[in-house]
Amino acid sequence: MIDPNLFQLICFYAFGAVTVISALAVITLRNSVHAVLALVLTFFSTACIWMLAEAEFLAIALIVVYVGAVMVLFLFVVMMLDIDMERLREGFVRFLPVGLMVAVVMLLEMLALIGVRVMHAQTLGANPAGDSNTAWLGKALYSQYLLPFEIAALILTVGVVAAVALTLRQRVGVKRQYASQQVQVNPRDRVRVLKMAAERPVDDAPAQEVQTSQEPRP
Amino acid sequence: MITLSHFIVLGAILFCIAVAGLFINRKNVIVLLMAIELMLLAVNINFVAFSRFGHDVAGQVFVFFILTVAAAESAIGLAILVLLFRNRSTVNVAEIDSMKG
Repeated sequence: MIDPNLFQLICFYAFGAVTVISALAVITLRNSVHAVLALVLTFFSTACIWMLAEAEFLAIALIVVYVGAVMVLFLFVVMMLDIDMERLREGFVRFLPVGLMVAVVMLLEMLALIGVRVMHAQTLGANPAGDSNTAWLGKALYSQYLLPFEIAALILTVGVVAAVALTLRQRVGVKRQYASQQVQVNPRDRVRVLKMAAERPVDDAPAQEVQTSQEPRP
Repeated sequence: MITLSHFIVLGAILFCIAVAGLFINRKNVIVLLMAIELMLLAVNINFVAFSRFGHDVAGQVFVFFILTVAAAESAIGLAILVLLFRNRSTVNVAEIDSMKG
């Protein structure tokens, strides 16, 4: 029988490795669609890590909200835009040393800071949430943090309105059908029936044709 | 045993990958947006870990709000991106310099 703590640690390393590798794939992949899919994998394995930290509600919210909505939005946009990738990759090799250097220096600084604190290493104690993480979070969210919660809802509304307003487009110079005007039109406006004799003397002027005048449509 | 340092080191690594991504993909707006998402994710990992180990609900509530704001941000960002591509037919940051002084 394997020790539960050891199993937890193995799971953490496995999920962490997947997270880091897929994050590297996000920034290096040539194809934007593949990069978005790698980002989905990153979010998913991060959700698994949050599960290990017993933050179940947020882990599920990350998958539902992020993988389900935001990443699909990304995929939509990436697939909709016809992007010339080769032109965009021009600076890749040139900026690679700078980017790597900045990232490595930042990482070393952060690790040094964390290393200072490792002496007081905390282990995963009793779960403060008790039985239900969702109840713990929900009680705080709907009592102590009610106003920020409402503001967050407002921000989402503003986001929706702004996204629609930005991308709404009125085309000019396009012929359109107006169904309401077509339905409301009166037959007398379109066709005029002329009363005329069925026969005429031969020596008369050339026969007048039946006219149906048609006015231009609105 | 998983310790707090495990989570923070993972967050730090993710954040640095995102910074490197900002540097090496500085022409493609879409990858820049994705790198920003990665940064937010790294910060969220730290928040969750501190909340769990510090026995405080505020960290997880904050992650909730960060997720909300990040969703709104990426929706508006992608809308601007679509608008930009429609007008300039490029997502290259180097060519989008009409407001350059």
